Amino acid sequence: MSLFSDPRWAEALSHLPDYLGNHVRVSVAALGLGLVVSLPLAIVARNRPLLRGALLGFASIVQTVPGLALLALFYPLLLALADLSLSWFGFDFSAFGFLPAVLALALYSMLPVLRNTITGLRGVDPAILEAAQGVGMTPWQSLFSVELPLALPVMMAGIRTAAVWVIGTATLSTPIGQTSLGNYIFAGLQTQNWVSVLFGCAAAAVLALAVDQLLALIESGLRIRSRLRAAFGALGIAALIAATLVPTMARPQSSYIVGAKTFAEQYVLAALIAQRLQAAGLSATSREGLGSNVIYDALLSGDIDVYVDYSGTLWANQFHRTDMRPRQALLDELKTVLARQNITLLGELGFENAYALVMPRKRADELGIHTISDLAAHSGSMSMAADYEFFSRPEWASIRKAYGLKFRSQRQMQPDFMYAAVASGEVDVIAGYTSDGLIAKYDLVTLQDDRHAIPPYDAIVLLAPKRADDHALRAALQPLLGRIDIATMRAANLRAAGGNAESSPSEVARWLWGQISKRN
Amino acid sequence: MDAAPPLIAYAHVGKSFNGGRVKAVDDVSLDVAEGEFLAIVGGSGSGKTTLLRLANRLIDADEGSVTIEGDDVRAVDPVRLRRRIGYVFQSGGLFPHMTVADNIGITPKLLGTPAAEISSRVDELLALVQLDHGEYRDRLPQELSGGQRQRVGVARALAARPRIVLMDEPFGALDPLTRSSISEDYRSLHDTLGLTTVMITHDMAEAVLLADRVAVMQGGKLLAQGTPAELADSRDPYVGELLDTPRRQVEQLKERLPLEKPPGDGAA
Repeated sequence: MSLFSDPRWAEALSHLPDYLGNHVRVSVAALGLGLVVSLPLAIVARNRPLLRGALLGFASIVQTVPGLALLALFYPLLLALADLSLSWFGFDFSAFGFLPAVLALALYSMLPVLRNTITGLRGVDPAILEAAQGVGMTPWQSLFSVELPLALPVMMAGIRTAAVWVIGTATLSTPIGQTSLGNYIFAGLQTQNWVSVLFGCAAAAVLALAVDQLLALIESGLRIRSRLRAAFGALGIAALIAATLVPTMARPQSSYIVGAKTFAEQYVLAALIAQRLQAAGLSATSREGLGSNVIYDALLSGDIDVYVDYSGTLWANQFHRTDMRPRQALLDELKTVLARQNITLLGELGFENAYALVMPRKRADELGIHTISDLAAHSGSMSMAADYEFFSRPEWASIRKAYGLKFRSQRQMQPDFMYAAVASGEVDVIAGYTSDGLIAKYDLVTLQDDRHAIPPYDAIVLLAPKRADDHALRAALQPLLGRIDIATMRAANLRAAGGNAESSPSEVARWLWGQISKRN
Repeated sequence: MDAAPPLIAYAHVGKSFNGGRVKAVDDVSLDVAEGEFLAIVGGSGSGKTTLLRLANRLIDADEGSVTIEGDDVRAVDPVRLRRRIGYVFQSGGLFPHMTVADNIGITPKLLGTPAAEISSRVDELLALVQLDHGEYRDRLPQELSGGQRQRVGVARALAARPRIVLMDEPFGALDPLTRSSISEDYRSLHDTLGLTTVMITHDMAEAVLLADRVAVMQGGKLLAQGTPAELADSRDPYVGELLDTPRRQVEQLKERLPLEKPPGDGAA
């Protein structure tokens, strides 16, 4: 099969209007906001050393915050603000997706714009400034007809840098619920769909280059006083924005939004739910790659309608419970707690995706390790790896306390890579997920939690408050409840990690539905 | 002339910089009559440029008062004041991103003059400073020679038909030939347009050749003022020194560069 006959290209292309449109909109809004804030600030600060230092210092600090962290920080911040505005002024707004992404990216765009504008304005020859004053210009006339035109090339260089940064960083707004070209990259990384990753990167790069060149055209047009050239550039930018707006206008607004967290199983389950809704004649789209904490709040505020979570995750992370309950008791209590927030626990899917300590079967047998208690004796000389959040999760605190584990070293890894790492002996133990297909593929074994330190993690379907009485939705999802066992889910997850044309979430979801309906 | 009120009047004007540590202008009183061409001569740091800038409020005085056309400058809006006074800057001070026409037309434009009127005024001014309007109108300042730039600077200063023109060492950076032709051209403009001109220069010869009266500054103080002939009578040693230089040059030039052959020479 040649590279380009791969059907994944076609699938990636089918998402382009949606992803690119959202990407352009969020980038343009962020850059616009950034300019509206930065340009006046730079102008005010140009002759005030103290303010100038403070502004540039602030912008530099913002720049050192990694893009992903900056975006993630805005979500809880806005959520708190929305609550505040609801209690004070009686209205709230969505802290999900567009708004936090625009604000974070606007902040990100500030440094190059501020720095170059200040540098450009301060670089204007004092003799020219005096001449402007001498011929009778007011300070504003001097600013607009002399200082800004002369500083323009330096300013535009800053604006172009900001545009490229914003377009690049906007790919990271996917986890806070803003659809972007990052959806290709996040989904591709999770499902090992490199075609998708490549497509996303290339699309973002082409967009950044195109915008940069259009801005360059405007700049040179303004500099050499060619109205035609500047107009071509402006027209190009306007056309780009218009082109990304049209498909959205034309597309019917989907009524149901299915959320998915940032790993392959979630992508598959979201695709499965969306397919079931579509099969029932309901329109549905998915919002993928959402952070674990973002997704629950998004459901609560109605930004998404339905998603799959895991009982233990909610228990420990969302409700900060440290006490252990048997599987069914925990589910029952969770249902009550969720109901208090008007969230419907529709039911379990039938499998658990629990954290488990995982080792190669051969090594475990050699060392006689079958339970975590057995492992505790060896842990001092062993290394361990887990995903990015595990070591800061309450489950890890609970396991460590119950068994007295103390590893020689702990590493954080991209989940997809840790199974291979433990299989190859690069690390000794990993905190894996029980439903992961790679456990079977690499012949790994999950260690028994003999002291019951790890809470149960039943996959459960949650509905947003506004969908509590939605019978069509309930009916469409009913056939999934209790029908997905751990073996089937592992097989589905293994398929999703296949890295070939059959491993896209929607293909795997179709396969999964085939398995489920076969048993009827 | 003595009876007419002065167009520019400095009365006990003082200005210091750096929190009073540098006294740039110290108790200067000086009148410039209507139609007069005054040159202010002095070395660098003598306060001559500060004195000039006090007149159109590029700098505000600490002490004393400056009166322009009968108005105390502190009582008028500085922007409007500057629009009615022409100002020629040291190195032209042309806006590098504007064409010659836009540079010349800037003050009328700020005053709200209609574009068509500005356009014909620009052509008129280019003719006045002896630049061909077809050739120079749309050029940018960097496409001009130093002399041409200074001619444009003069045209710009005259654009809004001011009665007063202030010039800050306008011809200092030009080569001697250009300098002499442009300064003579300006002097005749001064006369035909009935301008009142204050020009700063460090060159006493230029001052003596062009100006009706010369004021000499040193260390912020006005040492002497008067017609060249009156200055020649001054007993101030610095003024004498300033005048000696061109005198000596004239003598030397006469010796080395005979203007005409002495009569009878070589007849034998």
